[in-house]
Amino acid sequence: MIEVVRAGQLNSVQDMGRAGSRHLGVCQSGALDRHALAIANLLAGNPVDAAALEVTLGPCELLFRDAGRIALGGADFAATLDGRPLAPWWSVPVRAGQRLTLRAARQGMRAYVALAGGIDVAIVLGARATDLQAGFGGLGGRALRAGDTLRAGPREPSSSSAPTSSPPSPSVARSPTSASAAARRFGIRAPAYCDGGADAPLPIRVMPGPDHGLFSAAAQRAFWDGVWTLTPHSNRMGFRLGGPVLARKKGKDLPSHGVLPGVIQVPPAGQPIVLMADAQTTGGYPKIGVVIQSDLAKLAQLRVHRQLRFVACDAAQAREALRQDGMCLRQIQAAMPWAPP
Amino acid sequence: MPVDMASRRRPRRARSEAPTIPRHASVQKAAAAMHRPVIHALGEGALILQAGTGATLACQQRLWAVAAQASRWPHVRDAVPGMNNLTILFDPLAADPDGLSAQLNAAWDGAAASRRPGRRIEIAVDYGGASGPDLEAVARHAGLSPREVVQRHTAADYIVYFIGFQPGFPYLGGLDPRLATPRRADPRLVVPAGSVGIGGQQTGIYPLSAPGGWQLIGRSALRLFEPAADPPTLLQPGDRVRFVAAEVAA
Repeated sequence: MIEVVRAGQLNSVQDMGRAGSRHLGVCQSGALDRHALAIANLLAGNPVDAAALEVTLGPCELLFRDAGRIALGGADFAATLDGRPLAPWWSVPVRAGQRLTLRAARQGMRAYVALAGGIDVAIVLGARATDLQAGFGGLGGRALRAGDTLRAGPREPSSSSAPTSSPPSPSVARSPTSASAAARRFGIRAPAYCDGGADAPLPIRVMPGPDHGLFSAAAQRAFWDGVWTLTPHSNRMGFRLGGPVLARKKGKDLPSHGVLPGVIQVPPAGQPIVLMADAQTTGGYPKIGVVIQSDLAKLAQLRVHRQLRFVACDAAQAREALRQDGMCLRQIQAAMPWAPP
Repeated sequence: MPVDMASRRRPRRARSEAPTIPRHASVQKAAAAMHRPVIHALGEGALILQAGTGATLACQQRLWAVAAQASRWPHVRDAVPGMNNLTILFDPLAADPDGLSAQLNAAWDGAAASRRPGRRIEIAVDYGGASGPDLEAVARHAGLSPREVVQRHTAADYIVYFIGFQPGFPYLGGLDPRLATPRRADPRLVVPAGSVGIGGQQTGIYPLSAPGGWQLIGRSALRLFEPAADPPTLLQPGDRVRFVAAEVAA
């Protein structure tokens, strides 16, 4: 059992979110940085889609009433465990009575705290993610509050004597069978996408959207060549960008249509919005482009007032990026202390 | 750069059945020919099929039929109807978008307007007063009395075209054009759940409390979305809705 001593703000239980309910008007929800969630889960011995805590604004302090294991992924929140620094991308055992504190992101925007066994809350419409807009799922359909308690789900011991030809089941949380393995503290090198790119505008790969041709030639050039700034009017529903005004060629309003995270809408004012996990399921604004799924993680870690630029990409390149992400996860999984030899 | 995946080889065919025009539709096109749909990629994991000009009920019924089929295809994650269009979401590493486009075109060609017998649902509404703070504004705009607005709003048989914007939120066809009212210049920060509103030529009912710019003419206690229920939404595409005045404060 985990007690939330200090909740911070905008912090919530998230997994990979809901697929398959958009036709009911239910948005995806889930982690904004799905790659960091997946890695944190693997480091904790979980399946990649277990529910974890998404932390956006600290300080967030958790008290562990039971022994277990945790892993951090995503942004560096200057985390400490009983006052001892705990870096992102590290997996450590926790003893009953220990406290984990996440403070403020030094780089990046969102961190994921994975608990071995995953966070055990009810599955609603196929996921444990909190739908913060509609107010259901996760822990009471809302952000964490001080005094909340969370439970970790069960873990199964890995069969270290299993034949090497059978890969571990992807849906079962693993725990080390030996005491020494259970005591292991280990970490991985931060994934490349977390570099933040220092001062250069972050390149984000985008497939041209169905309505790209509705924009003037000058607007199209401005979209691809321009430098865009992430404005403070950005949240889990959408990231609003500041930059050149994108003028649309005259035309009728578009009828309402299904959209999804990654879609870049341009409302009449001409400033693009990148839809994110909590975006509504339908929209009516022209879609100039769609961020490729693999780059949404990078975008989710971009700090407000930082800059980005769009790089044209096609479907084949987008799929290859997803394959690379999958390969990265398999390599990490294979390196875990509880992976079969 | 955008890839237009519409097949160019098939000739246009005249439809033998006349499209059913929604009773109070403001767009009255006697079009007999259904245009070829256009399919665009929407990122690497989605396709959007646009049915062509004129949002008619018959076209929407055909999209419902295509959506029902597509949701059963391997690797398709969701089929989301919009107004005269359909967005298909799929696993990009498992499904081939060109193959899916071909399947969509074939499904469209073969789809009769979905004859799903939509259920009839009556929604009791308290009109005006605190429940409908904009009823008088709508009446003034329409040149009608508030009671006449309620009469016209409750006289129509609305059809759910699709669900979107919020869980369970129905996009309804069939608003009396006389009642069409522009959205508020100043959207409200909070529109209470169950509010019945008019926004432009559309009418609907908010399942959840949210910010919104529609003109609120009444409120209903009916729950349109219950995440733990099966199905979780009260309404689905094809359902017929009537509003019934429970109370009128006007």
